[in-house]
Amino acid sequence: MNEAIRRMWMVAVALVLVLLVAGSTIQVVLADQLKEDPLNRRQIYLEYGAPRGPILVDGEPIAQSVESDGRFAYLRQYSESGMYAPITGMYSLNYGASGLEQKLNRYLAGTPTSAFMDRALEIVTGSTAQGDQVELTLDSDIQRLIYGALPDGVRGSIVVTEVDTGRIVGMTSRPTFDANAVSSQNLAESRAAMEELESIPGGSAYTNRATQQLISPGSTFKLIDAIAMLESGDYSPDDELEVPERYTLPGTRTQMGNYSGEGAQCGTRSTASLTWIMANSCNTPFAEAAVDLGQDKIREVAERFGFNQDFEMPLDVAASRFPQDLDDAALAQSAIGQRDVQATALQMNMVASGIANGGMLMEPQLVESIRRSDLSVVESFSPRERGRVTSEDVAAQVRDMMVAVVEEGGASGARSSQVQIAAKTGTAQIDGTDAVHSWITGFAPAENPRYAVTIVIENTDLGTGRRLTVDNMKRIMEAVVAE
Amino acid sequence: MPGVISPPHPRRNVELLLLVLALGIGLGANLLGAIGTEQEITTAYWVQSGVLAAASLALHVVLRLRAPFADPYILPITVTLNGLGLAIIHRLETSNTLANATTQLVWTVVAMAMAGALLWFVRDHRLLRRWPYLFLALSAVLLVLPLLPGIGMTVNGARIWVNLGVGTFQPGEIAKITLAVFFAGYLSANRDLILLAGKKVGPLTFPRMRDLGPLVVAWLVALGVLVFQRDLGSALLFFGLFMAMLYIATSRASWILLGLGLIGLGAVLAFLFMPHVTARFDVWLNAFDRQIYERQFGGSLQVVEGVFGMASGGFMGTGLGAGSPWRVPLNHSDMILATIGEELGFVGLSAVLVLYLLLFTRIMRAALGARDAFGKVLAAGLAFTLAWQLFVVAGGVMLVIPMTGLTTPFLAAGGSSLLANWIIVGLVLRISHSARRPVVVDDMVNASGPGAGHQDPAKLVALEPHRRGAGRRGSARRAAVGGDRA
Repeated sequence: MNEAIRRMWMVAVALVLVLLVAGSTIQVVLADQLKEDPLNRRQIYLEYGAPRGPILVDGEPIAQSVESDGRFAYLRQYSESGMYAPITGMYSLNYGASGLEQKLNRYLAGTPTSAFMDRALEIVTGSTAQGDQVELTLDSDIQRLIYGALPDGVRGSIVVTEVDTGRIVGMTSRPTFDANAVSSQNLAESRAAMEELESIPGGSAYTNRATQQLISPGSTFKLIDAIAMLESGDYSPDDELEVPERYTLPGTRTQMGNYSGEGAQCGTRSTASLTWIMANSCNTPFAEAAVDLGQDKIREVAERFGFNQDFEMPLDVAASRFPQDLDDAALAQSAIGQRDVQATALQMNMVASGIANGGMLMEPQLVESIRRSDLSVVESFSPRERGRVTSEDVAAQVRDMMVAVVEEGGASGARSSQVQIAAKTGTAQIDGTDAVHSWITGFAPAENPRYAVTIVIENTDLGTGRRLTVDNMKRIMEAVVAE
Repeated sequence: MPGVISPPHPRRNVELLLLVLALGIGLGANLLGAIGTEQEITTAYWVQSGVLAAASLALHVVLRLRAPFADPYILPITVTLNGLGLAIIHRLETSNTLANATTQLVWTVVAMAMAGALLWFVRDHRLLRRWPYLFLALSAVLLVLPLLPGIGMTVNGARIWVNLGVGTFQPGEIAKITLAVFFAGYLSANRDLILLAGKKVGPLTFPRMRDLGPLVVAWLVALGVLVFQRDLGSALLFFGLFMAMLYIATSRASWILLGLGLIGLGAVLAFLFMPHVTARFDVWLNAFDRQIYERQFGGSLQVVEGVFGMASGGFMGTGLGAGSPWRVPLNHSDMILATIGEELGFVGLSAVLVLYLLLFTRIMRAALGARDAFGKVLAAGLAFTLAWQLFVVAGGVMLVIPMTGLTTPFLAAGGSSLLANWIIVGLVLRISHSARRPVVVDDMVNASGPGAGHQDPAKLVALEPHRRGAGRRGSARRAAVGGDRA
């Protein structure tokens, strides 16, 4: 009988062993796979139930987790969301995360491997993970100013950077959205907000227009042409160049003209200095020069500034385009920022910034610091050189031309008694319509540049575009430089 | 048989020490659960742990007075499991309106009092051997009770509950014990007849129907009632109990194989012809199918959420109170192991499983040392039933077998289950006392020195108290008892 009892005991032990194997299979071997099972909503609830690190501007949270009595222990709250939403993005149960909420998730959620010890401590204490806090380079005053500069209903972006560090101190775009609404834990509410947003042309909770919208840069691209021209040694700022009325695109019968509307100057001269041509933004001399220099030279300069290359800062920055294999006709049009050339607002800001900083382009950055909840620093800002975009001499020559643009040329509306501004405007025609994309990119103070500002208003009429770009450039520069 | 019989030290102090540790675990778990769920630690927490401690210590005192040689590990292990269960049910109160630690505590006290009363009044477990048919009748009544109109209740499709006015009760839990007592009594008394007086068919010897008859009838009745009550879990449990006891009493593996064949056949038939069994298998085999997961009734949500919970707990667990067991329906009763797996991790889950392993190992050890066949069959049978019940419920939770809906002994919320399992603890403590106590006989016997316990079988037989109606079967019983030592 005892032998039978022993055998029964062995059977019982075997049963427990089976359970231990099953338990370890579920909890250890297949745990990660089970966590990612499409039926498993735990991970989402876990994340949404934990306090997430805040995103700060000037030490004040623009996105933070607050305790909630709702479905989850915490709720993501955005302050002045319209102003910051394209940067913070959303953190939505329905639609996932976007913007910095997505890009910096591993910090905000507090889960990178470097937090291993913290995690071990949490297991012992049973407390929940506290995410890292992210401080941005943005300046809330500048941000508020530029946000106010774009009226409701327009499409466009403004970018303000520090030229010698690459800090992005202001970045805004329209249309914007309320991240609180699309991140609402009330799913019907969040769906309604999302549907409303997507009914607006250009409305999106997933993209940041200032870094992702590709727009024909128009005449602002002439800054690249000018650098290519000056670098070639065949041109200098004071050389007299022909200013033909019409330029027939090589190999075609299509004729390119100069701006002939209100205040047009190009038609008044047959020859002029490069500075004057730049100041009045005459198209034909730049088209001719670009064809003389060849597409490779123009492209090479453009790529030094960042064209044809995407990057993260840490928001996604789309690659601005200067295409390959252009024929001369296409090259001539591309040289004045039309046709296939496209750029983001940030890209044209980098062009101004590189010129302003004596030819040394700094890496644009948005994150000032990342800290643990105990304020110990995980990462902090340090200026990084992106690369030399041109020589100091050429940069200075182009800067002087840009001063002329404001002082005596097409952007005279931006002339300020308080600060000397250097800038270049651009107006890209949209084929088949009267609408234009209106640009301005520049920096100030001209002698000792501190900030580069870029404004683009998309799909607007000439007058509104000019007003919103040129007038705002003056207002913004006066405000930020005076600070 | 050296090593089987423990030296006759009471070891009640060891028990006391372990009991303090067990109560510490229960108290610690209770407080951690409060901290984890951000509850204020009110006096209720201390009262709860205090009541558990008082009841446990009272039982300990009963053991000192009435069963001083009882196994010193059984009580601390069960108190640990019971205390942990209480803490987890308390922790679940915030999110589960069905979880009620106070009710569970009251039942715990009642159950422990019953175990204490059993130890106090039943001085010798062989008393229960006297009326096997009384226990059979009792089992039948208990099993039929839920089917009676008026007091019977159907919960979640199983008609296994009775409404007592003040609360509900599952008589089947108690029937588990009365059936075990009947089986043990009958088998120990008729063992030789069953074994020897059979017909040989090929390599197998089958017992005469009239010797095995009452057993088969009892088993069939139990099973039949369960089929009508649609309680798959209990059916499996009774079957396990029956097979284990038959094997322990007869050592005939061939009969067990035959029995397993029958259970296999029964499972196939049930699968084919009983829709609710078919559904159980379907849910088990295709648990992760979205359609089955989202099925409103009888879907796999419960078990799949349990598995997800365990996966999210991982190796170390989320910590008590820090998980999301609210996603798992019945997280306080049928699925309490999933809650443990989630919040205490694989570490905690395996600790609990090992505690069970220790518990039934200690009970089986008592069975090995028991000096009578009845005690042996009863203790070992109950020990195996415990392991089998654990396997059926935990295997269901972990998708090893289809889900059947049994309670996890001592841990899960449920008064009937607590009561039944504590009565089992009382019984096995009583048996272990008689197994470990020094043999005091009229003649000089080596009771405590080296080789203690190796008595002359003839003396043991002589010690057997005379039983009413022992006439015909008496010789068989004596032979059975003597046979143990052979």
